[in-house]
Amino acid sequence: MKVLAKALKYGDDINTDLIIAGKYTKTINKKELALHAMEDIDPDFTDKAKEGVFVVAGSNFGCGSSREQAPTALKEAGVLCIAAKSFARIFYRNAINIGLTLVECDTSSIADGDVLEYEVGSETVKNVTTGKKTRIVALPEIMVDILLAGGVVNYYREKQY
Amino acid sequence: MNAKTIAEKVLSYHSGRDVSAGETVFCGIDLMMAHDANGPMAIKAFENMNGGKVFDPSKIVMIMDHACPAPYERAANLHMLMREFSRQQEVLLIECGEGVCHQLVMERGLVKPGDLVIGTDSHTCTYGAMGVFSTGVGATDMGVAFLTGRNWFKVPDTIRINLNGELKPHCSAKDVILYVIGRLGAKKANYKAIEFYGEYLERCTDADRMTIANMVVEMGAKTGFTCYSGLGIEAGKSASYCEVIDIDLEKITPGIAKPHTVDNYSPVSEIEGLAFNQAFIGSCTNGRIEDLRTAASILRGKRIADGVRLMVVPASKSIMMKAFEEEILTDLLNAGAVLFTPGCGACVGTHGGVPGDGEIVLSTANRNFKGRMGNNKAFIYLASPATVAVSALHGVITDPSCIDI
Repeated sequence: MKVLAKALKYGDDINTDLIIAGKYTKTINKKELALHAMEDIDPDFTDKAKEGVFVVAGSNFGCGSSREQAPTALKEAGVLCIAAKSFARIFYRNAINIGLTLVECDTSSIADGDVLEYEVGSETVKNVTTGKKTRIVALPEIMVDILLAGGVVNYYREKQY
Repeated sequence: MNAKTIAEKVLSYHSGRDVSAGETVFCGIDLMMAHDANGPMAIKAFENMNGGKVFDPSKIVMIMDHACPAPYERAANLHMLMREFSRQQEVLLIECGEGVCHQLVMERGLVKPGDLVIGTDSHTCTYGAMGVFSTGVGATDMGVAFLTGRNWFKVPDTIRINLNGELKPHCSAKDVILYVIGRLGAKKANYKAIEFYGEYLERCTDADRMTIANMVVEMGAKTGFTCYSGLGIEAGKSASYCEVIDIDLEKITPGIAKPHTVDNYSPVSEIEGLAFNQAFIGSCTNGRIEDLRTAASILRGKRIADGVRLMVVPASKSIMMKAFEEEILTDLLNAGAVLFTPGCGACVGTHGGVPGDGEIVLSTANRNFKGRMGNNKAFIYLASPATVAVSALHGVITDPSCIDI
């Protein structure tokens, strides 16, 4: 499974309230969640993301709440992968569980608008614009399997756990 | 077990083998708590796995607290979904108005030391005050646990934090944890567990230990234990810690977290005099009877300043009833407070105290992110119940060290 998309770059400590405010989370309609993704930090986010994007950020991405609506809103808005220097723990699990690919790596050399390429399970992410390859923190095998299955729900279905 | 941290002990017991930090283990779970903000998505995830019956209904509790009473039809319909699921699956359901999930789980004795607990809320770590390895998860993780009774955990490294010396009068557990978070930063304990130690933890109340455990997630921690002789579980004598941090309690003064991050710490004295619009006393961090008593002792027989609103939300109905019995709520209402249904609405921005554009809120809750209380143009400051109450009296942020105790 390969991701090839343009980077939208943000800073450190992008918290779950910025990703989707609590007031919008009282729904199980994923499309509704997507409408409000990142609106407090980038009002044009949903327009920019709909073509399919790579969100790139600094450290501690997704800190705060356990709301799975956060990765869900991003995925539904068109985010194909998130690259960050580090992720908050609960967000990290939630994203993998819903089949949203995460890449933990040094993102400082990536610029807004760069085209990035990542093959799920591989050890590097490639900046197609600059030609630079960056080593990533390897994903445990079980997480690669969950991502390849499209999330933990499909993973369990396939495994008949 | 002599070399194990509390986290390693609990995950060893629950995985049936001897595990250490860094390993990934599958564990049986003692309690799964889902609330109305994320429970409905967990139910959907469970159904999408062709759920059928839950693994063990006696290990699940559904609690309605985030949008209670329902402020609009979407929330009301999600409540209906939870009621129906609970009825079909014969799962304990706690209705709107009973209180904040974490307060209820502890108040009703649903957990015991050494348990492994997950909840669909990041502040599930609160039960660390009772020796429980408890941590927040998302909806899909909860759906998997409903189905299998298990989930996977990475055994965390543990940071040991020694709280040394005596805490000054006018300072509370909230001042301690705000100071610690300010010093260590919002990502210091990401993926890790924390064990707090110190004489202070022997002397303080259950409520204080809950306030401290509640906020470890604001440093990214997976779980945190306030270790004292009554915790019910202890680390091995030769347990190894990834880091040991000493905190000198004598240096702590009443503190505040400024917008828009919890680690944006300042002593209250440095921003004294800042005018604000709304004071909030409540939440799973500081909505307990001890907190309401503190506020009432400051506000009894007095009036809050003109131009300031004071919202009081007890963390549970039983706390509210106790506060009525003790006439604390009468004191607070006479002082100008507005009382709202026990629950999470104000803190998480659903309803019951949404600030206006540009307004400043002084709150006893645990999170001050932009937009947290329902308005991204508001500014939230976090402080202790004493700081919030005395500031409400003066209409400007005020150091509680000025009051007689």
